[in-house]
Amino acid sequence: MYLGRVIGSVVAERKLEGLRGIKLLLVTPLDHAMASAGEPHVAVDTVQAGEGDLVYLVGSREACLALEDTFVAVDAAIVGIVDEVDARSLK
Amino acid sequence: MKLCRVLGTVVSTVKHPTYVGRKLLVVQPVDESGKANGSSSLAVDTVQAGEGDLVLVMVEGNGVRQIFRREGVAGDHLPIRSLIVGIVDAVEA
Repeated sequence: MYLGRVIGSVVAERKLEGLRGIKLLLVTPLDHAMASAGEPHVAVDTVQAGEGDLVYLVGSREACLALEDTFVAVDAAIVGIVDEVDARSLK
Repeated sequence: MKLCRVLGTVVSTVKHPTYVGRKLLVVQPVDESGKANGSSSLAVDTVQAGEGDLVLVMVEGNGVRQIFRREGVAGDHLPIRSLIVGIVDAVEA
């Protein structure tokens, strides 16, 4: 799992059956110090997150397990909205 | 499994039901000498690890599901991929 910031939303009208009615958001991965940790990508939202929210995500096969129907073509899912990260970098 | 140092905690109120009541920690992958090696990520704790601990992190969903199934948690809706499965006492390398 990893942290990310929601930077926008994605609308796709024509998509696979399992993706109908599922909210797609654009997320940029971050590390604990809020430094970039990868390329922005699209993730499904399961917690009603919005633009600007700091969230955490689960990737790969486990992403679709966050959805009601667990055999959906997704590879990243937002599973929590972060209130606070309390972490210090290694010296 | 990855060797990681626990950097701290993540607090969250609004979350997927699977994460309710679970401790989510920030983990930093380290090399054999303890130096940071790659970006930090998050993992669910199962061994009461704390900040500063050197831990073993399993990053593989199928293994996670097997562990939870043993505890009687069904795996069908388990969006967890990384799990802290041990606290390291010593590394000889």
